[in-house]
Amino acid sequence: MEFFRNTHFDFVKFRYIAITCSLILICSGLISMAIKGGLRMGVDFKGGILMQVSFNKAPSIEEVRSALKTINLQESIIQEVSGRNDLIIRVEKDKTAGESGYEGIKQQVTKALEDKYGKDSFRFERLEYVGPVVGKDMVEKSVLATIFSFLGIIIYLSFRFEFKYGVAAIIALVHDVLTTLALFSFLNKEFTPTILAAILTLVGYSVNDTIVVYDRIRENVHLHSKEGLPDLVNNSVNETLSRTVITSLTTFFSVTVLFFFGGPVIHDFAFAMMFGIVTGTYSSIYIAAPILIDWDRFLLKKKVS
Amino acid sequence: MKNFKLFAIILIIATSVFYAMPTANIFFPDILAKYLPGKKVNLGLDLQGGTHLVLSVDTSKLPAGSNADDAVEVVKEIIRNRIDQFGVAEPVIQRQGTNQIIVELPGIKDSARAKQLIGRTAMLEFRLVDEQADLQSAINKNQIPDNLELLSMEHLDENKNITRSQLLIEKEAKLTGKYLKEVQIKFGEFNEPRVTIAFNEEGGKIFSNVTGDNVGRRLAIVLDGVIKSAPVIREMIPSGNAEISGSFTMEEAQDLSIVLRAGSLPAPVKIEQEQTIGPSLGSDSIKSGVMCGILSLAVIWLFILVYYKFSGLIANLALLINVIVLIAAMTMIKATLTLPGIAGIILTIGMSIDANILVFERIREELRQGKSNRKAIENGYHKAFITVLDSNITTIISAVFLYYFGSGSIRGFAVSLTIGLLASMFTAITLSRVLQETYEKSTSKLSI
Repeated sequence: MEFFRNTHFDFVKFRYIAITCSLILICSGLISMAIKGGLRMGVDFKGGILMQVSFNKAPSIEEVRSALKTINLQESIIQEVSGRNDLIIRVEKDKTAGESGYEGIKQQVTKALEDKYGKDSFRFERLEYVGPVVGKDMVEKSVLATIFSFLGIIIYLSFRFEFKYGVAAIIALVHDVLTTLALFSFLNKEFTPTILAAILTLVGYSVNDTIVVYDRIRENVHLHSKEGLPDLVNNSVNETLSRTVITSLTTFFSVTVLFFFGGPVIHDFAFAMMFGIVTGTYSSIYIAAPILIDWDRFLLKKKVS
Repeated sequence: MKNFKLFAIILIIATSVFYAMPTANIFFPDILAKYLPGKKVNLGLDLQGGTHLVLSVDTSKLPAGSNADDAVEVVKEIIRNRIDQFGVAEPVIQRQGTNQIIVELPGIKDSARAKQLIGRTAMLEFRLVDEQADLQSAINKNQIPDNLELLSMEHLDENKNITRSQLLIEKEAKLTGKYLKEVQIKFGEFNEPRVTIAFNEEGGKIFSNVTGDNVGRRLAIVLDGVIKSAPVIREMIPSGNAEISGSFTMEEAQDLSIVLRAGSLPAPVKIEQEQTIGPSLGSDSIKSGVMCGILSLAVIWLFILVYYKFSGLIANLALLINVIVLIAAMTMIKATLTLPGIAGIILTIGMSIDANILVFERIREELRQGKSNRKAIENGYHKAFITVLDSNITTIISAVFLYYFGSGSIRGFAVSLTIGLLASMFTAITLSRVLQETYEKSTSKLSI
């Protein structure tokens, strides 16, 4: 069986349209983040407390919210957990900063729930607390992790290929990160360390696709040096298209499985990856490869003028 | 050479199966079981349940001139002592950065008591023991004079077991840790360890009075409400320098000196971060993780088999072995499997098949160019190898930084992804090539 055989799509021709679309998506993402005051950060980054309470009988969110009203925590975010009689309750950082600290919050919540549902009708399955210092630390470390992995990749690619390949690959990666962040901002999804892991994975994954195309361009430059660069790039993308799509499909399969059956923590990870695979594959074809063409054109023009 | 390669491959696979078996919970006969390593892969707290705490030691209030690094070390030892009292199996207590301490308590259901124990500032008191009072009626009938308190004392017997006895001691503390200036371990003439303490000027005066008035009585050293030692006052000590001698082992002397230093340490401990996972949530995560792994393996298997026929079968076998090698390697190097780590394994499944796809697509191209089967296989593996290497190295670069900057469970993700990719270089390249070449040689067929 073969899906793609000797394809001759003209990817290079549509590169400006593609780049425009990407820019629109990224810009509207940035605007959305600016309006909302940044991404909705998870407990780990922002500081705060997360409690997963397991009830003997399935509770209703509204009932729990009214129970929390007695202790002035009705504005907490309350979520259901699929497949379990659990609720996840998140309390903002400033509410935990008081004298009693987060252990005090937990005791208050315990009391409020006991008053409503009775003793021993629930238990805490998960408790996460992140103090403000650690939260700040986590944000810093995440930014550093991203910057250093970008630097590492740029250095490696400059060493294996040429400097311009490294730069073009990084532009594609920045594109992947920004579009994923844009999506998270649009959907108001929570940004957690797990999502960061997903983004760094899709960065590694998207660079895989890019490398496969670059490898072919390098090979074709040696074989068909007479062809112009646009044709070389286009042929290389077409020649590797079958592999790119099949690989993306298989990884997409595994991530889709995670999305549906992986449970709440993994669910969002898989969501980011599903989108990341699409955007990563797209950026390798439409961003990373065409930039090489325009890079040379731009430099040639400069030399002429 | 060829034989050697085959031998090495079989050896690696056999070893991996051997190490992965206990984790997979596969039935094996008892006769075999005693030869198996018996170790399962290490599960992270998010999978087995337990509490992960990050504590910070506030060293800002330490007296000028004292070493902050030492202070954190002492606090760490105090926490270790307290957790040992608590009786948790295999706790992890380690330093992180300049002033942080990580505490991991597997299997704890209610973290509140543990935190209370850990978060307390150490309270060291010197209190007189009342040996005149009726200890028996205090223990049996709870008849305790108003000015006294019944506290237990821990000591190690000859077999190093902790035994507890009870003493009636005065409620009023004669001295507290804040008067202590220095604690040292010195050695006597028979090289037996002794703990020497020095009080500051004010403490020295009080100590002089207390010892002068109470020669022959016992002065209990009480840390956090537990009597650690109750030496007898032999004479009045005017200098403020005292020596506690007894039949200490070196360890006991060290423990006592830590106890004494703890009390003089105004370094409160604050909980910066906590993650507590209940056991049922953990086992749910394992179940859904295993199900996801099997499902995604099955989906990929089917797809690859249909798309690449017999070559696909080889890739599928390589993929299965990849997972086995990964689990075995994690067991062997005692890496910890976390929930994001399971995601890492499932991602590895998706990514490692990529290496095979690259090779197979290349072989198809070579065949289209009219190459012979044998040449196509050779070129396919040869040309695709560089691409596979480059792409895996870049992913590993990301994973390394994720490990370096990440914490806890995210590290588990980086670990399983890295090991998985390294293993895939072996299974998807070396192993599949040998299988494919062998098949081609014996049948002169190439099904792709």
